[in-house]
Amino acid sequence: MQRAEEIKAAIEAAVPGAGVTVVPNPSPSAQHALRLEPAHAVAVATFLRDAPGLAFDYLSNVTGVDWLDKEIAEKVKVTRQVTKTVDGPDGAKVDQIVDETAEETRKRVEPGYLETVYHLYSVALHHGPLVLRMRTVNRTDQIQLPSFTPVWRGAEFQEREVFDLYGIVFTGHPDLRRILMWDEFKDHPMRKDYVEPDDYEYEPTAHDAVLKRAQEHSAAAEGNRE
Amino acid sequence: MSVVETKAERAAGWNRPPAVEPEGEGELLEVAMGPHHPSTHGVFRMDVALDGERVVRLKPVFGYLHRNHEKIAEGASYLASMPYTDRLDYFCSLTNNWAYALAVEKLAGQEVPERAEYIRVILAELTRIQNHASTIGFLLQEMGASGTPLMYAFREREKILDLFESLTGSRMMCNYMRFGGCRVDLSAAWLEATKKVVAGLPAFVDEFEALLTGNEILMARCQGVGVLKPDLAVNASISGPMLRASGVNYDIRKVDHYGIYDRFRFRVPLGDHGDVYDRYMVRVLEMRESIGILNQALQEIPAGPIMDAKAKLRGFRPKPGEAYGRIEAPKGELGFYLISDGSPNPYRYRVRPPSLINLTVLEDMCLGHNVADVVLIFGSVDIVLGEVDR
Amino acid sequence: MLGEGIIKGMLETAKNFAGSFVSEDRLTTVEYPEQRIPTAENARVFPFLVYDGSDWEAGMRCVACQICEKECPPKCIYIEKSKDKKPDFAGKMQIYPTRFDIDISVCMSCQICVEVCPFEAIKMDTQFELATDDRFGGLLLDRRELSKSNEYYHSIHPTEAAEVDARLAEEKRAAEAKAKAAAVAAAQKAAADAAAKAAAPKIETPAPKPPDAGGQ
Repeated sequence: MQRAEEIKAAIEAAVPGAGVTVVPNPSPSAQHALRLEPAHAVAVATFLRDAPGLAFDYLSNVTGVDWLDKEIAEKVKVTRQVTKTVDGPDGAKVDQIVDETAEETRKRVEPGYLETVYHLYSVALHHGPLVLRMRTVNRTDQIQLPSFTPVWRGAEFQEREVFDLYGIVFTGHPDLRRILMWDEFKDHPMRKDYVEPDDYEYEPTAHDAVLKRAQEHSAAAEGNRE
Repeated sequence: MSVVETKAERAAGWNRPPAVEPEGEGELLEVAMGPHHPSTHGVFRMDVALDGERVVRLKPVFGYLHRNHEKIAEGASYLASMPYTDRLDYFCSLTNNWAYALAVEKLAGQEVPERAEYIRVILAELTRIQNHASTIGFLLQEMGASGTPLMYAFREREKILDLFESLTGSRMMCNYMRFGGCRVDLSAAWLEATKKVVAGLPAFVDEFEALLTGNEILMARCQGVGVLKPDLAVNASISGPMLRASGVNYDIRKVDHYGIYDRFRFRVPLGDHGDVYDRYMVRVLEMRESIGILNQALQEIPAGPIMDAKAKLRGFRPKPGEAYGRIEAPKGELGFYLISDGSPNPYRYRVRPPSLINLTVLEDMCLGHNVADVVLIFGSVDIVLGEVDR
Repeated sequence: MLGEGIIKGMLETAKNFAGSFVSEDRLTTVEYPEQRIPTAENARVFPFLVYDGSDWEAGMRCVACQICEKECPPKCIYIEKSKDKKPDFAGKMQIYPTRFDIDISVCMSCQICVEVCPFEAIKMDTQFELATDDRFGGLLLDRRELSKSNEYYHSIHPTEAAEVDARLAEEKRAAEAKAKAAAVAAAQKAAADAAAKAAAPKIETPAPKPPDAGGQ
């Protein structure tokens, strides 16, 4: 954490208005991350690579993470006026208005986003890893993030892979094409809400979901034929 | 799409060596090398544009073996991904196991008993030797030395695979390491057999070197071919023997001190020129260093438990958080990045494949060389398609 | 001298060539299937179910807990539980599988089912000659085909099987001791009760029936 704070301070001194936040990591690995603002990310990356005391010249790992819209249930105390029937003093029933406090769960939707994660090491100074993260605005249309390929060539194929499997568009990438899926493929398979297309090749297994899907598929194919 | 880019595309200003322009007015010939080319070690394609024999453009095409290993792992428990890691780089299943176990141990904060660390080192170094031997064998096969060096390498690899089989039950898909240790203990008989095999290894490397190192044809074909400059190698995240052949002293065993590697005396062989010959030579020297590590580890291995007493096989749920763990696999830096959300399955599971990333500079190395050299340069990168495409 | 390296290499191959006529360990060819190399003791191919005694159905150790089904990475195991119970190796009444299928065309021989099984009921076989001309049915093994005796297990993995038997015997002994202690306690309690109520009729508590000679 201390190290991450130091690097954050160094970045903010060198790149004014960089807007770096430290993302703590609660696991025993203690690899805390720095979250960059996409607008200044390339300047920050170049600084990290070239600054003599940091010299993060080796971009080890680039990957994407998909965070879905999160429903957060919050407990809220609500006071309402309720009419209640109470026993009157002479045994008769009397209606009375009382304040009643109840706990209610309200649901709030936190919008999802796509995230890129970069792991940097230094070959010159033998330290690392430094984890960088960037977030897109949402998961649908504002999914552009700056590419680090001009800074570290090692990002070239890995960013293509993130583009292919997560659909993050890297602006400034010299050759942004699909890498693992074929060019005509439509969706992004690593997204959490990805639904596999119904182009199942029938391969009978004994049981389980595969058989069920195969049967559903062949039933649908039968239906189309009729 | 066409593999021939326009000059404007070339001049986009990113860190890439200058383009090779065709000489004369002749038309370029576009050749698809692969996916079923015998030199591509599996299903891999290179779209090559040729000016006569000279390579002017080269675009690698991946994905023929893509099975979305990462997605499968996100739907499976932590333990259930272990046998799948065997199938990444199927030549080195034990180092894959180790990298994954290391990442999970970092994520969950688990300790590994000393004996298990020794077993891991022994198995990883045996894996490295058999991988480097067969890589050189394949390289020579692609150079036209039909069979002989490859068969010498496989003869030795067979002995090591027999050891793996008698310990782990399987020759290649070992599925041996667990989070917090190893699965079964090794017996005294196994240790003796291993000592015997290791004692025979220096003679094998000597024989291999007598066969190859001074060979004039090998030198003529390899020296000065596929040169990779150290600054580009670092910038392009190249790792493993390929990085060190370019003269960059970066071995994760020395840098990260993972496991117990700081207890062993070994040197990191470095190349001078970064050509195919240096990559060959670095691998030969690494085999010798690995034999040294093995001799020390087999001498010093202590008795004791092989599993962390707190380790859980079933119902393993690490606390929320993330971890990136990496090791020096025979092919380069193999890393696993895991995000846990507290459930039995990882939320994100990422493999950092050295084979894929080492191919980043394939075009840079091949430009201007003959098409026959492309096969050689590609062979010297040392890839396995199971890991490239995952 | 140019060509020196080549000549040195040629000498090496010549040495190996000549050596292959005299050296025993260079003659590596085995005339399979007439000749076979013995499999390594730890070798694993596909899983099988262990049964005790001579009757596969009565002696089956599996209690259909479905842990292996859940943990299997490629999901090649399919289990249906029974409605009734029958005694297991320690004499305890247990559910058993009415259906236990393994699709060995899906199985990847990882032996995670073996590791997670708390009842030592599923083990790895070394039988690899399973080729069949029926691609689907022939590679789907049911519980009859999967059942192999404990003696067979001993014959393929002697060390491991001996450890397993020792462990099971220990468990059985502990279970019996516990049952005996419980019976003694019950008898004492009954005696005390009887002393208290001398007029009450005496009830014999039957001791738990010892199971068949399984899990030796």
